[in-house]
Amino acid sequence: MKSITKQKPAEEIQQLLKGLDRVFIAGCGTCATMTKTGGVDEVADMRLTLEKAGKLVTGTIVIPTACDDMTADALEQNKAAIDSANAILIMSCALGVHRISMYIKKPVIPALDTLFIGLEDSYGEFHEVCAQCGQCVLGETAGICPITACHKSLLNGPCGGTNDGKCEVDKNKDCAWTLIHNRLAEQKRLELMKKYQPPKNNQVVPRPKIAKIT
Amino acid sequence: MVSKFKQALNSGKFVITTEVGPPKGTNLEQMLHHVDLIKDSVDAINVTDHQSSVMRFPSVGGCILLKEKGVEPILQMTCRDRNRLALQADLLFANYMGINNVLCLTGDAVPVGDHKEAKGVFDLDSVQLLKTVRLLESGKDLGGNDLDGAVSYCAGAIVTPEANPIEPQLVKFGKKVEAGAEFIQTQAIYDLDNFVKFMKHARQYDVKILAGIVLLSSARMAKYMTQNIPGIFVPQDLIDELDGAPKGEALAKGIEIAGRLIAALKKEAICDGVHIMAIGKEEVVPDILTAAGL
Repeated sequence: MKSITKQKPAEEIQQLLKGLDRVFIAGCGTCATMTKTGGVDEVADMRLTLEKAGKLVTGTIVIPTACDDMTADALEQNKAAIDSANAILIMSCALGVHRISMYIKKPVIPALDTLFIGLEDSYGEFHEVCAQCGQCVLGETAGICPITACHKSLLNGPCGGTNDGKCEVDKNKDCAWTLIHNRLAEQKRLELMKKYQPPKNNQVVPRPKIAKIT
Repeated sequence: MVSKFKQALNSGKFVITTEVGPPKGTNLEQMLHHVDLIKDSVDAINVTDHQSSVMRFPSVGGCILLKEKGVEPILQMTCRDRNRLALQADLLFANYMGINNVLCLTGDAVPVGDHKEAKGVFDLDSVQLLKTVRLLESGKDLGGNDLDGAVSYCAGAIVTPEANPIEPQLVKFGKKVEAGAEFIQTQAIYDLDNFVKFMKHARQYDVKILAGIVLLSSARMAKYMTQNIPGIFVPQDLIDELDGAPKGEALAKGIEIAGRLIAALKKEAICDGVHIMAIGKEEVVPDILTAAGL
């Protein structure tokens, strides 16, 4: 899984840190490093930015994988620096923010916005692959997800807005249903597209979503 | 009850529909003025549903006003703004108000409109909405519950005969007919040879086809549509014809072209009727029909 993130605008981070003058910064060595939003370099840059803005940075860390439970140990090793801060600025996806907030009572401030879960197509280029809908349709759509790859999440074929295989919303984006159609045709399985797909169950796991392995 | 529009479709006559778009606001004067001008020339009038994702007076409200004038309305209903509860409720309400024609659409994307940060709903798609109409007619809802009082609709859908590539659209077209579409109003067509090809495919299905006629008001508009509107292709000779019209007479030329297309469609019995979209120039619809010899 790769969580694709983007750094929040500097003004928003400043606003979130208003009145919090002693800051500990935590980055993430996994997804946020790959997206260049919360790795070693970005954490160092953030330190300089905050110091220029008059903040005192009590310490920094790049946690190997901020969302896993080893994070507890990483935070424990930095206890003194964290204890002397008013807040932790977290440069990971929201999963890391949640994980860290399980162990720290101080305010946790996200420095990133979590955009989507995706794959890297080529260096630095990502696309969303799963909306975690709880009812996977890939077996009938040639491995291309219409829930995430179609702007309208259509289940029964393309809308009339597509042109030259592109999406009505953005000419740089492919029309998912044109891709699905072409791949099913190649596989000689076009009858799958002709099959009526009923309305989706949007409450497979009603929110708040929890699961327990039995 | 069989709708007047459905009776027209089944009569074998060349059916003519057009459309009006409700205003942004509560001043319906101009829309109703246009309705008065065109109502005697057509079999039914569509009322658009926040067309191009621009928030407006609702389609169902416009249809009720048409009904009060004795005009046969076609309720355009998109899946963009309402979930399955709201869509079903509106189908019950509209039918109760005497509206018994519905055009089931997916709807344009939210970002093309004027509320760009709104949530696009798309809980159902156009095929599922057609099925829902038929389900409500059977006295059941999507939750599997019985209705106390069912509905009756002449339901239709759209197709884009000029889409590139056409194959994925044709798969969906087939699904729409199987889901219960009785009529199809097409996106604009200008190239009759291409439309004849589409009709050869469409004639395999039991569905009435009304060809979409969008009025070309200038060469510039024709070029813009070809370049920017998905599924619209205006052949170069029509653009040249508009370009060659004397100054101030491009609209008259557009009316002539639309009339000529309609006349050819009717004469050669290519399809079952036309759906005229005059886009802001609804007052000239009777002129288009006159130019078509109707």
